[in-house]
Amino acid sequence: MPRFESTDHLREYRRQLVAKRDPNQTQVMVCAGPGCLPMGSEEVAAAFREEFEKNGLGAKVLLKECGCHGLCAGAVRVLIRPQEITYQHVTPEDVPEIVEKTLKEGQVVDRLVYEDLHSHEKAVHKGEIPFFKGQMPIVLRKLDVIDPTSMDDYLAMGGYRGLRQALLEMKPDEIIDAVDKSGLRGRGGGGFPTGRKWRICQDELEEPKFIICNADEGDPGAFMDRAVMEGDPHAVLEGMIIGAFAIGASKGYIYVRHEYPLAVRRLQLAIDQAREAGFLGKNILRSGFNFDIQISRGAGAFVCGEETALIHSMEGNIGEPSPRPPYPAQAGLFGKPTVINNVETWANVPEIINMGADWYAGIGTENSKGTKVFSLVGAVNQTGLVEVPMGTTLRQIVYDLGGGIRQDREFKAVQTGGPSGGCIPAQFLDLPVDYDSLQSVGSIMGSGGMIVMDTTSCMVDVARYFINFLYEESCGKCTPCREGLKNLLFILDEIIHGRGTEEQLALMEELCDTMAAASICGLGKSAVNPIRSTIKYFREEYLAHIRDKKCHALVCRPLLKYTIDPETCTGCLACVRECPVGAISGKKKLPQELDQELCVKCGLCYEACQFDAVHIE
Amino acid sequence: MVWKISDETAFDTLGDEVRLTINGVTIRAPQNQSLLVTARQNGFEIPTLCYHRDLPSEGQCRMCVVEIGEYPRTQIVNSCTFPTQAGLVVQTHSEKVVQSRRIVLELLLARTPKAKAIQDLAAAHGVYESRFKTDDPEELCILCGLCVRTCREVVGVSAISMKGRTPDKQVATPFMEQSSACIGCGSCAFICPTNVIPYTEKDGVRTIWGRDFELQPCNVCGNYIAPKYQLEHWAKLTGDPVETFFVCRDCR
Repeated sequence: MPRFESTDHLREYRRQLVAKRDPNQTQVMVCAGPGCLPMGSEEVAAAFREEFEKNGLGAKVLLKECGCHGLCAGAVRVLIRPQEITYQHVTPEDVPEIVEKTLKEGQVVDRLVYEDLHSHEKAVHKGEIPFFKGQMPIVLRKLDVIDPTSMDDYLAMGGYRGLRQALLEMKPDEIIDAVDKSGLRGRGGGGFPTGRKWRICQDELEEPKFIICNADEGDPGAFMDRAVMEGDPHAVLEGMIIGAFAIGASKGYIYVRHEYPLAVRRLQLAIDQAREAGFLGKNILRSGFNFDIQISRGAGAFVCGEETALIHSMEGNIGEPSPRPPYPAQAGLFGKPTVINNVETWANVPEIINMGADWYAGIGTENSKGTKVFSLVGAVNQTGLVEVPMGTTLRQIVYDLGGGIRQDREFKAVQTGGPSGGCIPAQFLDLPVDYDSLQSVGSIMGSGGMIVMDTTSCMVDVARYFINFLYEESCGKCTPCREGLKNLLFILDEIIHGRGTEEQLALMEELCDTMAAASICGLGKSAVNPIRSTIKYFREEYLAHIRDKKCHALVCRPLLKYTIDPETCTGCLACVRECPVGAISGKKKLPQELDQELCVKCGLCYEACQFDAVHIE
Repeated sequence: MVWKISDETAFDTLGDEVRLTINGVTIRAPQNQSLLVTARQNGFEIPTLCYHRDLPSEGQCRMCVVEIGEYPRTQIVNSCTFPTQAGLVVQTHSEKVVQSRRIVLELLLARTPKAKAIQDLAAAHGVYESRFKTDDPEELCILCGLCVRTCREVVGVSAISMKGRTPDKQVATPFMEQSSACIGCGSCAFICPTNVIPYTEKDGVRTIWGRDFELQPCNVCGNYIAPKYQLEHWAKLTGDPVETFFVCRDCR
C-alpha cells in the first residue's frame, strides 16, 4: 500500500485498481457477519476453497468472506455476482453442488433459493427479495461487496474520496456547514444534530481536542454497529478523520465494547492500513493535518455507552455518568473539548461529503434526514439488519421487509430503541419512523433496535425483562435510578406472581415521574419508557395479572395452571416420565391426574404430550 | 474552559456577575458559580445530602434539584453542579422539584430506615413512612459518596471507592481487602452523614476498614493524636521529620 501524498496519486491508484478488476468476474460472497458467522461461514468458505482447488477455479472465481448481508434469518447466506444470485441456509455440504451447478453450469440450485412464505414464489436474485427491495443502503452498502480486510476493496468503491475532498478542497467551517445542512442527527440514540455538536466543539478554544467513536453498542438485540465495524471498518475511520479535521482534534479514540473482539481486530487492521496509506498520522495527504486513532476497550458495562460514563471509563475511572453541563463538546475527555458520536453517525459522514449535503437532506422526513439501520428481530419471518430512509412506516418494515409475523400469528407490539424504548401497539403500525414520531408515541429511536412481538408475548413480562436488564446495568450512582429500578422490578415481580395491587401500579407511575425528571443520565430517565408504554397501551394485561391473577399470553409461570383433559388423555404416561416432581399419576391407558400442589409449572408435560391433552390456562 | 465544581477552587474560574431569577426574585451572581451556592448566598435554602463545600460535587443524591427554564420547556437539574448563567429562571421549590425530593427521600427511607439523618430530612419534607421496599433494615449507607470523595480529594490516598453497580453497589477497599493506601485517619467516618463507617479504638489501636493502626500518643500530654501510620504519611508529604507530628495540637 503506497503512502498517498496527493489527489493525483490517489486518483491514479484508484483508477488502476478499478481497471485491473473485471466487473464480470464471478465472485462468491460468503456472508461472515454476526448472524452467519456462528452458523458456519468459515466452514462454508473453506468448502468453497476446497472445491475451487478441485475444479481449478481458483484463478477465475473470486471468493470473499464479507460483511453482513442483512437477511440473517437465512444464515449462512451466499451471494454470487455478477448475477446477484443469492442462496440461503447454505451448509458446507451444499457447496459442491453450488460449484457444479451454478458456477460451472450457470444453473440455479432450487432448494437454496429464497421462497416467499405465503405465495411460495421463489426469488433468485437479491433485488427480487422484498427484504432487500425496500432498503436504501448507505451505511450498509459496501458490506456484501468488499472484503473488510482489504483496503484496496474500500478504495475501489470510492473509499477515502470524501477525506481527500474534505482535507484538500474544503475548509473546516465548510465541512461543518455540510454536516449541518445534511440534517444528520446522532445515530446512537440521542438524535442530537451532529453539525451543531461539531460546531460547539470547534468554537472551544481549549486544546487539545479529541473525538471519540462510541462503539459500546449495549442494547440487547442490536448489532448494527458491530456489522459496520466488522464489515466496513474504513468507513468509520474516514468519517472520524473528516470530523477531526473539521473540529480541530488531534487524537481520536474508538471505544469498543469488550464483547466485540472481531470488531476490534478489524478496526485495528484498518487503522494500520490507513496509517500505511498516510490517511492517519502526520501531514495527512500533505494537508498539514495530523491525526491518529487509538482503540480503547470497554469492560462489560452497558452504562458505559453513556457519553460521560464512557469518558470516565477511558480515563481509568469508574464508569459513572456526570451531570451536564459541562457537555463533552465543551469539556470531555481529560477535561478537553471532545466530540463523541456513534459508529453509524461517523459512517454516514464520508457519503455526505461525497454526495453532498443536499442529497442527504433529500432523504427522510422534515426533522429526520437520511437513513437509519435497524436490527429487526423477534417474531418476524425475516430477521436481520435493514437500512431504510427515515419516514418508512413500521408496517413497511415489519411486513414488507420483515415478511410479517412468523407462524402467521398476530402482531402485538414492537419495542424500538432498546431497553430504554417503549412498546408500540398495532394501532401505530402506519407511523412513519423518525426521531420525533417515535417520541410522540412514548418510545425512542435509540440505536435502532426493533423487537417485534406477537400474541405469545406478555407485556408485563416484557416490561420486567427490560427493567431487570436496566437494574443490573444501572451504575447505582443516583438514588432515583438505583432505588427506583430496584422497586420497579420488585413490583413487577409481585404482579407476575399474582401478588400485585392496583396501588402498586399507581406507585410505579409516580416513581417513573421522578426517575424521568431527576436521574442523572439517560439510563434512569428513559428506564420509564418500557413501564409507561406498556401500562398505557396494555393496561388490561396488567389488570388481568392483578385482579384475575391470570396471564392470558400464557407466559408468567406463577400464574399458569396446568391440567390434564380426561377426554383426550390416553394414559400413555409420556408426561409422567417427564415430570420432575412426580405431580402426575394414574394407571396406564387411563386418564392421568395432575396434582396442583406439587406442580412447579415447568411445562415439560405440555411439551411431551402427543395428544394435546395437557392444557395451560 | 475547564469547569471547576467545588466552591473553593471555583473562585479561579468564576466569571463576571450576571443577572438571573430565583423564585421570581432577580439577583446578581458570578457566572459559573454553582446554582446551589448562588441560591444559598441569596438566602434561598436548598436541601442537600451529598454536598460539602470542600469537595467536588458529583450530583449523587438529587436532593438539590431545581427547576430551570420557563413553562413548558423546563428541566430538572441538580444545582450543585449547574453553573450560574445570565438569564436563568430558577425555581427551588416548584411542585415538580418538591415531588422529586419527596420520592427520593421516600426511596432512601426504605433503603436506610434507621438512618437518623434520612429520617430527619424526610420528616422536614413531610415524609414519615415509605411505600417502597426495604431489603436490609440495618443498612445505613446512602451511597452519597462523601467518604470516597473525601479520601480522594482531601486525604489524597483514594483508599476506598465505589464498587459494583446497582444490584450490589457499595463503598469498599480494592478487592474488599485491606487497603495499603489507607492511613487510618478516619476522615471517611467523620464525614459520613449516617455514621455507617465503623471503627473501633481499643488499647491504643484503631481498627478501620479491616486494618489495625497503632495510635501515636502525644510526646507531651500522652493523649492519642492519630495513627502512627497517618503521621508518617504526613511527614512524607511535608518532608518534615516525623517527630514533628508526635506533639498534639493542644500542646504545640
